[in-house]
Amino acid sequence: MLEQLEKLYQDAMAELEAVTSSEALREWDSRTLGQKGAVTLLLRGIGGLPKEERADFGKRANEVKLALAEAFAARETLVREHELARDLEEGQIDVTLPGRGRAVGGLHPSTQTLRELYHIWADMGFQVYRSRDVESDEMNFTLLNIPEHHPARDMWDTFHTTTPGVILRTHTSPGQVRAMRELGGDGSQPIRVILPGMCYRYEQVTTRSEMQFHQLEGLAIGRNIRMSDLKGTVTEFARRMFGANAAVRFRASYFPFTEPSMEIDVECFLCGGSGCRVCKYAGWLEIAGAGMVHPTVLRNGGYDPSQWSGFAFGMGPERMAMLKHGITDIRYFWGNDLRFLEQF
Amino acid sequence: MEIPVSWLKEYVDIDVPVELLAEKMTVAGLEVGAITYLGVPQGFVEGIRWPVSEHLVWDREKIVLGAIREVQPHPNADRLVIALVDYGGAELEATVTGAPNLFPYKGVGPLQSPLWTPFAKEGAEVWDGHSEVRKRMILKEKPLRGIPNRCMVCSEYELGISDEHEGILLMQQQPTNTVTGQPAAPGTPLQDVLGDIILTVELTPNLARCFSVLGVAREVAALLDKPLRQPSHEVLMEGAGIAGEVEIEIREPELNPRFTLMLLRGTTIQPSPEWLQRRLKLVGQRPINNIVDVTNYITFEIGQPLHAFDYDKLKARAGSATPTIITRLPTPGETLETLDEVQRTLEPHNILVCDRAGVLSMGGIIGGAETEISDTTTNVLLEAANWNFINIRRSMQSQKVFTDAGTRFSRGVHPSQALLGVQRGIELMRQFGGGQVAQGVVDVYPLPAPTVQVDLRVAEVERILGMSFSAAECAALLRRLSFGVDVEGDVLHVTVPDYRMDISSDPITGQADLIEEIARVHGYNQIPATIIADMMPAQRANVELEREELARDVMVALGLRETISYRLTTPEREAMLTPGANSTSHETYVELANPLMAERSALRHTLLISLLESAVANARYTTQQQLFEIGNVYLKREGEALPDEPRRLGILITGPRRVESWQQDESNTPVDFYDLKGVVDGLLRGLHIGGVSYARSTHPSLHPGRSAQVLLNGRALGDFGELHPLVAQNFELNGGAPLLVAEFDLDALLERVEPNYGVLPLPTTPPVYQDIALVVGEETTAAAVEATIIKAGGNMLKGARLFDVYRGEPIPAGHKSLAYSLVYQADDRTLTDGEVAKVHQKIVKTCERELGAKLRA
Ligand SMILES: [Zn+2]
Repeated sequence: MLEQLEKLYQDAMAELEAVTSSEALREWDSRTLGQKGAVTLLLRGIGGLPKEERADFGKRANEVKLALAEAFAARETLVREHELARDLEEGQIDVTLPGRGRAVGGLHPSTQTLRELYHIWADMGFQVYRSRDVESDEMNFTLLNIPEHHPARDMWDTFHTTTPGVILRTHTSPGQVRAMRELGGDGSQPIRVILPGMCYRYEQVTTRSEMQFHQLEGLAIGRNIRMSDLKGTVTEFARRMFGANAAVRFRASYFPFTEPSMEIDVECFLCGGSGCRVCKYAGWLEIAGAGMVHPTVLRNGGYDPSQWSGFAFGMGPERMAMLKHGITDIRYFWGNDLRFLEQF
Repeated sequence: MEIPVSWLKEYVDIDVPVELLAEKMTVAGLEVGAITYLGVPQGFVEGIRWPVSEHLVWDREKIVLGAIREVQPHPNADRLVIALVDYGGAELEATVTGAPNLFPYKGVGPLQSPLWTPFAKEGAEVWDGHSEVRKRMILKEKPLRGIPNRCMVCSEYELGISDEHEGILLMQQQPTNTVTGQPAAPGTPLQDVLGDIILTVELTPNLARCFSVLGVAREVAALLDKPLRQPSHEVLMEGAGIAGEVEIEIREPELNPRFTLMLLRGTTIQPSPEWLQRRLKLVGQRPINNIVDVTNYITFEIGQPLHAFDYDKLKARAGSATPTIITRLPTPGETLETLDEVQRTLEPHNILVCDRAGVLSMGGIIGGAETEISDTTTNVLLEAANWNFINIRRSMQSQKVFTDAGTRFSRGVHPSQALLGVQRGIELMRQFGGGQVAQGVVDVYPLPAPTVQVDLRVAEVERILGMSFSAAECAALLRRLSFGVDVEGDVLHVTVPDYRMDISSDPITGQADLIEEIARVHGYNQIPATIIADMMPAQRANVELEREELARDVMVALGLRETISYRLTTPEREAMLTPGANSTSHETYVELANPLMAERSALRHTLLISLLESAVANARYTTQQQLFEIGNVYLKREGEALPDEPRRLGILITGPRRVESWQQDESNTPVDFYDLKGVVDGLLRGLHIGGVSYARSTHPSLHPGRSAQVLLNGRALGDFGELHPLVAQNFELNGGAPLLVAEFDLDALLERVEPNYGVLPLPTTPPVYQDIALVVGEETTAAAVEATIIKAGGNMLKGARLFDVYRGEPIPAGHKSLAYSLVYQADDRTLTDGEVAKVHQKIVKTCERELGAKLRA
């Protein structure tokens, strides 16, 4: 039996030397050292040995078992290391294959731009006030110092509804009067709001003009609001929106509901002002119309224009998104083509 | 409005580069949209950017003024002539040309007075008149049908002046050297004769006063702080008096505040002087004859439109009586054939110029054909009138006739301009056509416009602008714009020039108007930029908007793309959302009176129409769409002019559940009702709205068997489900994967958002999981089974999640097995097996008793 044991030891050691995988290792372990393994079986036969041989056999058997276990452990470490090395070396995949797609949601570019504007203006103390899309002619024009048949009405091509005196708002400005009447406490409270909303114009739809577009208007009313404040506020906005070095230019212009009125240009951030296709080689991009609230509008909002003053400005989120992302066709915005939307 | 700089310089000295002038004008509100160069080089000014102009610059040596002394026939070609041109050289240059406008002079010998023309020498660069596309060419020596030729007499096209290239540019009279002001000699660089720069000025409605070269010159003079040279209004009146020759009767002074007439007798109709023709062409007018040209010229020069009548025709119409001009409103059904050969039925507000025999013209807009100037006219009656601008605007729009005169009157012309216009016009007509001006003006002015005076307190300027000015500074700035100013302490008594109709007589508005002028002339860029020092208003959160944005974020987190659609559709299109709808009710829609296009004529009632429109567009190239939209719909209200504008949330999903991949191991199963329900559940969870229940939907656009209504405390929040197959068919979306749509009342939904929702503590005891499978009849809903389980489980049951629905063997027909994973847990102790078994048993028993359920073996 001792020879049997020695042979088993020699054979097992030789077999172990040949083992190169975890699987074979497990198989060797169960065949050799497991509960039904060769060593166990041999040890069970110890009862058949003459009494005097038992001690030697037992001692030797334990030595063999221990030696095999040690050898196994060493081999196991070796095989594992080897296998890990092989896996690291050979288990390479083609990392250039596309990833497995996941459904990714996203906000419409107009919403994204509006949110950017909300955040900037909220930081500057302006809160959002919204008003209706379908407006009275009176709110949209008359109360904004644009009487009926006045040539200034030519500035807005208007969608009229079949109800006389009811139109689709051509700008968010009617919200100015609504905000003053709602928040102004009969002309006793200061106001600082922005008025976002969808506006409508009877205009041929082209790559540059749409019949429907967002506008975001701002309004500040107080006992001491001056044109210099308008300049400072809009300049600060431009820096936050277009970068700390954005240069701003104020040009005289005309809106019936502001006086003085102005157009606001920001130095073209695409070419740095040196002139490019987008800024039509002028180096300036028109970003807003603005002005001091006209005394008539203040009066219509319930304020005494000799005691109160204010400024207002209006800008186009779609135009801003177009400038920022180099979008050349405004019709993309309401087309909802996923190939467009998925780029945002 | 086109402003030739050469013309502008007649009234104001311009000592800065035109590019700088354009910048100053733009910043002061006279936006220069374009600068067009004729022959002269573009200027570049540090810090001012203009697009690089591609125009032709006339070489000062090689393109000069020429004088054609004789036109000889070409010996070898009938269609060519030889012009002998004096270009300031030692000898005349023989130049071959095919210009048809030289043929009348062919072979008549040396001309008594030369024909003046642009002359390009060998080596000069011009536009190629023979090329189909616009391209430059350099003149080279080249014999033409045997005659040597190296120079060219030029057409307007070849010089880049206009598209005219039928004949060459010919001037009958010797032109002026614009640099010296003297007659230009042959050989003068053409730049100094015809070179010019045209400013295209965009005029906002408040700039009616700038609708003329003089009007722009006034502003330029103020901006450059230069004096203004007014054109002369003196008239040489040598003829017998006008009294008794014509009378005026104004019946509507509100609509026609002033009417003036002057008479020129014995004049000759002939072409206008060269310089005047040239100016008219530069502003886009076609020269006709000296009389008509002067009416146009005065319109563009000072902004007062004129109208010339053939006096003898008026006299003939009057018979033996004195011709009488009557301005009045039309009688019903009255008509007029205008100069544009349109027979017009007049509307009640169209103010007319008439005589006793009938209508002569539409006042201030367009003349009639009958009394117009002809080649044989000798006696000209010249009208300069004033018209109510609002009425002119209405009439132009209703008659759809837009003329230079009407456009000016519709913006507002002051009555004072009528007298100036008629005087300057009749004098120019006399100078250009001869004859004698009758002494006196027939001037009827029943409604004189008051002079506007405004008191401006200096403190107001600082209050509005945020920059302090002294009274003297304010006065100086206003005087540059020709305001009359008397300073009295801190108050400026300002007299407004009559043409400044934009300055209000209202004390407060008038002050604001003047403050704007001070800011404009001083320069907006000079005003400081400050931080608002005024009191901050109470800060209010906009909860409505914040929750709307929260809903957007939740939808995006669920993997959906936001769309924003046109809010205009048609009632007919929305009717396609209801299967079998055969009538469309228009009354409930906000409809446009003037739709831009037929398919966008009414405001939407539902977001489904918008989402389906997007789905149809996208279906052309993709099968997978996961869209949502948040926006208003517009519902007419009984007895209210303005509609209700509630907010809605719409969802549309269709196509493969997963994004398609190169690996074939993913399911391409199309989404179904339960995918959409998962989105709805996610939305409600994201908004922290609990306690909703689902009922079968009766929404007409949805599949009746695969749709649900969401209810909260009995109030419907919205419907969702599979699009009705017939609706899908209406939109040609049938045949593919089903479309799942939802529409929620967003206002109702967001009202239920609980911002301060509670959060449960994490359990400290172990849970026990047990599954249960119950066989119930098909009619028993999952919701009923779940409710029964939860009720029976009491507070020891912490959760019941459906994980399998099974039909088929060995479940009997008409039945289904619902398998739930149940979680038992006590808050304060570890549950024993016995405790769990007891509750579990109770659940089984309750389901058996109340639902007829059987425990599945
Ligand atoms: Zn640029």
